[in-house]
Amino acid sequence: MQKQAIFQSKLLPYALVAPQLAIVLIFFYWPAAQAVIQSFLLQDAFGLSTSFVWFENYLELFKDPAYFAAIVRTFAFSFAIAISSLSFALLLAVMADKPLRGSTLYRTLLIWPYAVAPPVVGVLWVFMLHPSLGVLSRYLRAMGVDWNPLLNGDQAAALIILAAAWKQISYNFLFFLAGLQSIPKSVIEAAAIDGARPMRRFWTVIFPLLSPTIFFLLVINIVYAFFDTFGIIDTMTRGGPGKATETLVYKVYTDGLLGGNLGSSAAQSVILMVIVVVLTGIQFRFVERKVTY
Amino acid sequence: MANVTLRSVRKTYPGGFEAIKGVDVDVGDGQFCVLVGPSGCGKSTLLRMVAGLETITGGEIDIGGRVVNQVEPADRDIAMVFQNYALYPHMSVYNNMAYGLRNRGMAEAEIRTRVEEAARVLELSPMLERKPRQLSGGQRQRVAMGRAIVRQPKVFLFDEPLSNLDAKLRIAMRVEIRKLQRRLNTTSIYVTHDQLEAMTLADILVVMNGGQVEQIGNPLDIYQKPATTFVASFIGAPPMNLMPLRSDELTSQITGTEGAGIVGIRPEDFVITSEAASGGVALGLTVEAIEHVGAETFVYGSRRREEQGVAANPGELPPGEVIVRVPGTTGPAIGERIRAVAPRDKLHLFTADGRKRVGP
Repeated sequence: MQKQAIFQSKLLPYALVAPQLAIVLIFFYWPAAQAVIQSFLLQDAFGLSTSFVWFENYLELFKDPAYFAAIVRTFAFSFAIAISSLSFALLLAVMADKPLRGSTLYRTLLIWPYAVAPPVVGVLWVFMLHPSLGVLSRYLRAMGVDWNPLLNGDQAAALIILAAAWKQISYNFLFFLAGLQSIPKSVIEAAAIDGARPMRRFWTVIFPLLSPTIFFLLVINIVYAFFDTFGIIDTMTRGGPGKATETLVYKVYTDGLLGGNLGSSAAQSVILMVIVVVLTGIQFRFVERKVTY
Repeated sequence: MANVTLRSVRKTYPGGFEAIKGVDVDVGDGQFCVLVGPSGCGKSTLLRMVAGLETITGGEIDIGGRVVNQVEPADRDIAMVFQNYALYPHMSVYNNMAYGLRNRGMAEAEIRTRVEEAARVLELSPMLERKPRQLSGGQRQRVAMGRAIVRQPKVFLFDEPLSNLDAKLRIAMRVEIRKLQRRLNTTSIYVTHDQLEAMTLADILVVMNGGQVEQIGNPLDIYQKPATTFVASFIGAPPMNLMPLRSDELTSQITGTEGAGIVGIRPEDFVITSEAASGGVALGLTVEAIEHVGAETFVYGSRRREEQGVAANPGELPPGEVIVRVPGTTGPAIGERIRAVAPRDKLHLFTADGRKRVGP
């Protein structure tokens, strides 16, 4: 087996990867390094002097109960979004996998929402569930629900979870459908002959065979809920009411850009970076192994 | 223990395609029935209809005196061995075999006894804790068999179970399956496209073509008295020589050809000789190719040039070409002119459309 590529010049391979490296360096490593440096700095209120304070920004964060609340909130949001989106997508995929008339059409339709950008998703759901504008809000109030996500933090949180989970269903659906279709038909037929009813067949054969897909999607969804929900939160609640929907990523934005506390904001970014690295590490470890059953 | 009866069974797909065009088969208790035919003849579809994996659009399927048209696969008391084995990849060999028993709520102790007995018979005992991907093809095939036998069903269904194995293992497993079936005495239906497998396994052989049954019977009867030219050329390797009876040379030689349009002669029924063919056939051939198989030699000869052409169906000989079997390794050389003679009682006569046998 020949592993070494054949290049006449030693420079050519470097020249070929240079554009890629340049993009990664300029748009990732440079800002990341800036963030790390920034996280060690403290500015006065008017931005006139900057002093190097070592880990003070981090220590302040860990002493701040609001930061802990944001961590807990973010994890709660992530799991709620991942679990609800995954289970609903799996349900849809199982139904779409049945050989029914027009299945190609609704498979295609189910994939479309993935093309909608997160802020647009936010706007869509605001229109539906805004306390005074929303179409659905009227029905909710007619049913006796005191619906007002602008004032009620729990309702605002539910709204964010709903919109974020909805957005992710298409993506999960696509992977689940592919996963279901890669299970050999004959294995399911064998289970049917072996006397397993549809529900038992699902839990004892199909679900375990889907487990690599489920794990992969779980990590992807958590990462999504951590970072990509920014647009949804910004258009729907701006982190409010109070701080009821302020996730870690949104807090970076409010503390840094709105609060002007760049040092703390940078420290928070660095912590988020570490979380991403850990999550990606977990994913690579398990997905690379491929078969988990 | 049950017999399986198919009464004018039909399968028409929503698009209008007729996969099974009315099949009647009666498999007695404990018999081994083999469905054989070329790919696309509907044999697998028919088996899957018996299993309950395909709906029945016409006729009745009866297992052990009960019409099962509307019965779920799980409730038909059948077990099936799939071509790709269809083992549960996430379960150990033990659990693969135990799954069907657990689904039926059998006690763990009884399950253990049955699985261990099956594993002993199939020589799988040391591998009960392994996963299917850690097994060889032959071992997987035996696990699939084990999964069927632990259930002690009324009927075994086999869907080309040996076609994923290499040639040597295939022959060994063929014998194993036959022995196992004899010992358990369970009614079996077996689908294959391999005519040798069909001949050696079957109590009843069902030759299918284009969704219809061409012939049903004992394998040797079918070999000796094929009902149609399709059966004549499908059963037996190399295939029977089929020649139209329009050429004067042939027609004048054979006695009693009323109603016949095609004559068939098996390669082994020819003798290369200069003697006269009284009422039989004598063909002058130019040797074109020779195949030495060891115990026998196949001589490919051509008749007259104007009769040459392309084969009408896959597996059949091109017109004008004749195969002659010669025992041992002695035979003519390429390019030599030979005279192949077959006696009258070895001739098979068919109507011109090949759909009916004429005479005995």
